[in-house]
Formats: sequence, C-alpha cells, structure tokens
Amino acid sequence: MIEAHGLVKRYGSTVAVNDLSFAIRPGLVTGFLGPNGAGKTTTMRMILGLDAPTQGSVTVGGRSYRDLPAPMREVGALLDAKAVHGGRRARDHLLCLALSNGIPGSRVDEVLRMVGLEGVARRRAKGFSLGMGQRLGIASALLGDPAVLIFDEPVNGLDPDGIHWVRTLMRELAAEGRTVLVSSHLMSEMALTADHLLVIGKGRLIADTSVDEFVRSSSRQSVHVRSPQAAELAARCREAGATVRAGDTSRAAAGAGPDAGTIPNVIEITGMDSAEVGKLAAAHGITLFELIPVQASLEEAFMELTRESVEYQAAGVTR
Amino acid sequence: MTDAAIAMTGRDHPAAFGASTFDDVLRSEWVKLRSVRSTFWALAVTVVLGVALGAVISAAAAHGYAKFSVSEKQSWDPTGVSQAGFVIAQLAIAVLGVLCISSEYSTGMIRTSLIAVPKRGRILAAKAIVFAVVSFVVGEFTSFAAFFVGQALISGHAPHAALGDPGVARALVGAALYAAALAVLSVATGGLLRRPAAAITCMVAVLLVLPVIAQALPDSWRNPVTEFWPTQAGSQITNVYHSAHTLQPWTGFGVMCLFVAIVYVIAWTLLDRRDA
Repeated sequence: MIEAHGLVKRYGSTVAVNDLSFAIRPGLVTGFLGPNGAGKTTTMRMILGLDAPTQGSVTVGGRSYRDLPAPMREVGALLDAKAVHGGRRARDHLLCLALSNGIPGSRVDEVLRMVGLEGVARRRAKGFSLGMGQRLGIASALLGDPAVLIFDEPVNGLDPDGIHWVRTLMRELAAEGRTVLVSSHLMSEMALTADHLLVIGKGRLIADTSVDEFVRSSSRQSVHVRSPQAAELAARCREAGATVRAGDTSRAAAGAGPDAGTIPNVIEITGMDSAEVGKLAAAHGITLFELIPVQASLEEAFMELTRESVEYQAAGVTR
Repeated sequence: MTDAAIAMTGRDHPAAFGASTFDDVLRSEWVKLRSVRSTFWALAVTVVLGVALGAVISAAAAHGYAKFSVSEKQSWDPTGVSQAGFVIAQLAIAVLGVLCISSEYSTGMIRTSLIAVPKRGRILAAKAIVFAVVSFVVGEFTSFAAFFVGQALISGHAPHAALGDPGVARALVGAALYAAALAVLSVATGGLLRRPAAAITCMVAVLLVLPVIAQALPDSWRNPVTEFWPTQAGSQITNVYHSAHTLQPWTGFGVMCLFVAIVYVIAWTLLDRRDA
C-alpha cells in the first residue's frame, strides 16, 4: 500500500507535482500514466525518499520510506536502468545492494537466474545494453522479495520478448498479492499490463480509475461512411443532432492513398450509431458504399484526456 | 525465466526479516570498494610512488649530506627524508577517496545506493570508515617499506635512523594515521562537491597548491599557514625532527582531525538535506 496526501514538489518556480493524493492497493498492477514531464518520476522519487516533498507526505505501508528498517525487503524499485556504476560486475553490483539490507549472497544468484542474466554475472555493467540494464535493475528490485514494487518505464529498451516477460512478471507479482506501481507514457502498454490507472498531467491527478472504467468512459464511438451523396447525408445527420466532419486518411478504410488528405465522399459521424445512420440514409434514399462503426483507441482516449497538460507539444504537424 | 519462483525460498514473508544494521552497510561499502578496478590501481600507485620516490629522495639527500651546512646537518631527519615520497603518493589516496562517493553521483549509482540505504548518514559513515581502514593499512605498509628502503640507501653516506630511535615508530605509525585522516577528508569532500573533477581539484589545491603558494608569502603570513594549514599540521606526525613554526606532532594531527571533522559534518548535513 502506497499512500500520498497532498504531495507537492516545487523546483524554484516550476511546480513538478501539484497536490497529488492517491492510494495504491496491493494485489493489482497500478499503471502510472502521463505524458513526458508530467511528474511521474518526481512522484516516484518522493515515494522512495530521494526527493523531499515541498508539501504533503507519502508513506509505504504506513511509514515514510526513510523510516523503513530494511527498505529493500519492503520496497523494490527500478528508477533508472543507468543508475549503476559501470565499472562493477553485475553480480558485485547486486551483492553490495543485498548486503546493505542483510540479504544473503545466495539470493543474488537467485535473482540473476530469474531475470536471465546468470550468463553475464561476471561482466562489468558498462558493457550492458539498455535491455540488460533494465533486467539488472529489475533484479535489484526483486532482491529483497518486497511486498511493494515500483518500476519507472521498465520496458524501455527491451525487445518484444523482454516486454512480454516484464508484463508477465508484473502480473505475477500482483497475483501474489504485492503492490505493483508501473509508470509509462504509453497507454497501449498499460492497457495490456495494468488493472488500475493513475493518470497525471502537469503534476496534477487527472484520473484514478480502473482500466475497464477508463476504457468505457473515454471511448468515443464514431461512424465512418463513404457515399456518393456524402454532403447530403452530412446535412441530414447534422439535422438529427450529430457532429459530422470530413473523413481523413487515418480513419479511412483500405484503398485510400496515403497522400489523399481529406477524401471526397467520406465523412465521420459522431453522436449516432451505425444503425441510426443506416436508417437515416435509407429514409432519404442515400446510397452507402461503406458504413463502419469506429472505436477510438485507448491511445486516442488518453491523448484526449491529457491534451491540456502535454508539456512538450509539436506545433502543427500536418500530414 | 518466469518459471523461477519470485519469492525467496525457505523464508516466510514478511515476518522473518530484521532491520538493516550499520554492519550491513559497512559490508556493502567494502564490496563496493573492492569491486572496482580503480581501487587496486590507486592503492598500487600509492605504494609504488611512496616507496620509489622515497628511495630516490633518500639516495640523493644522503649523497649530498657531506656538503650540508652545520644547520642543515642539525636538522637532518633520515626518517622524514625516507617518507618524502608520501607528499605525492597521498594524491592517489585523495583521488580514490573522492571517487568512492563522487563516482556514484557521476554514474547515477547514488540513487540506487540511497534507495537501498535511505538513512544517508550511514552511507557516508560506512564509506569513510571502510576507506580510512584501507588507507591506514596501505599507508602503514608504504611508510614501513619506504623507511627500510630509504635507510638502506642512506646508511654509509649519512646518519641513518633505526626503528628503535626516539620518535621513529611514532612517525611511521603517524604516516598511516595521516593517510586515514586524509581518506576521511577526501570522502567528505567528494560527498560535499559531488562532481569528481571539482572534488579532485579541491583536494589537490588543499594538499599541494596552497602550501606551495604559502611559501611565496612573506614570513608573517607564511609561518601561521605552515603551522596551522590542516594538512601541513597533520603531516607533523610523520616527522621525527621538529622544525620551527610547526606544531608538535600530536597537536598538529589534532588540528587536522578537527578540520576533517568540520568538513565531514558539513558533508553529512548536506547529504541528508539535498535531493539526490
């Protein structure tokens, strides 16, 4: 259980985290989601006692991190795969961490096997790829067999096989009743891994909800229509209270050229379902070539939700 | 890979664990120190420079002894001469001490370390103790080796010292104590400044540059500096002959220890307060 109450972090005049309160429960994978610069890492650093909050407090199992008697046995963390002294062999790196919390050396070999690094245990960490670094970081998080796990962007730099492995691992850890907090800026990744979502933008909490709920509430349905009488249909739909815009290539069915821009005869209707659009067209004798219900992807829902709070936005990229 | 059980075998979670102790942190820091190559190289340089430079200086000084003036002969300190290489060799200890904490900042390892041991004072104390003990042992080995090599080269050309002579044993043990105090100072400076380059520059300035600059000052300025500058004062414990405008061996070493303690406390306070 991780609990934050009114967490605030200011760096000079910049507010990185703004009045954040949440409770992260055991037995679930909680996805910590937000665009780059939203304050995810800062929040995690405060949970782990690296940064002191400007205001508010955060506790792990009811205690502030610095007061934990054997922190690695209660909380396992992967903040940054590069937070390793490159001149040290992988096994020595884990050994010095294990010893500092009274964890026996035999456990080091156990976690090295678990993450698949036993073959490079004697290699110095500076020769590691980003993926191997992530595995080493995950190994150090697992050392103390902790009840709470915190991972900052754990799939960064991993190959598809590694990504699948991390997902399975998170789910297993949660299934064993542990508290698992995983940050990501990719909604699609979280949709596959997380049970619960904590969405932040510009340091503020935007949503604290289950993944299912998030999907249900934020899915925007629309209907894609191709018709030689598109303009007439558009007018009829508007009369019926729907929103209509000219269809674009991104949503268009196969066959549209990539440079088509706005395709003639294609419209996008929101506010009516496909059955209603079909009936309306039939009632006015409008011919339809295509009538496709379109579900907005989670990624789009997420972008919709955080659009206001994206820190770094590319200006007007047109396709 | 995922077939392996995640939980530790043969241990009930979470009741079976005790609190992490300072002993654990000491053990951890010892593994950190011995598991990087720079430790071996820096300590090897300390021994080689200390003994080899001491030998060269001893031989040269002994050959010039016949032409020395009366006052020069009066202040002849064969023990001090054989230890002269330590002035340069100490730099290797200073650099290694600075690196043992500032390299954690430059690599990012410090975040991992502080997550493992959030009671930050323990990390600094463990680093200082482990490195001070290592420096004491290496310093002792170097000072004895330099002494015996130096005296062998001096004998026959000039009066040489024996281990039983008054003050000699104190000077040789003193060299190791000086190395240990220097070790704590370098670790604290590294923790204070965080950047390896800045901290190393600072140590070189304290150890070599400022004392040399002081030599160019008028007497009224130079004498108090030679007397009280922490590392100059501390090094009195490595000399047998007591020259003018210097503190007594143990008093001088006390001044150095006081200075080291002040720097250490500042480093500790800042480490505890700053965001990592």
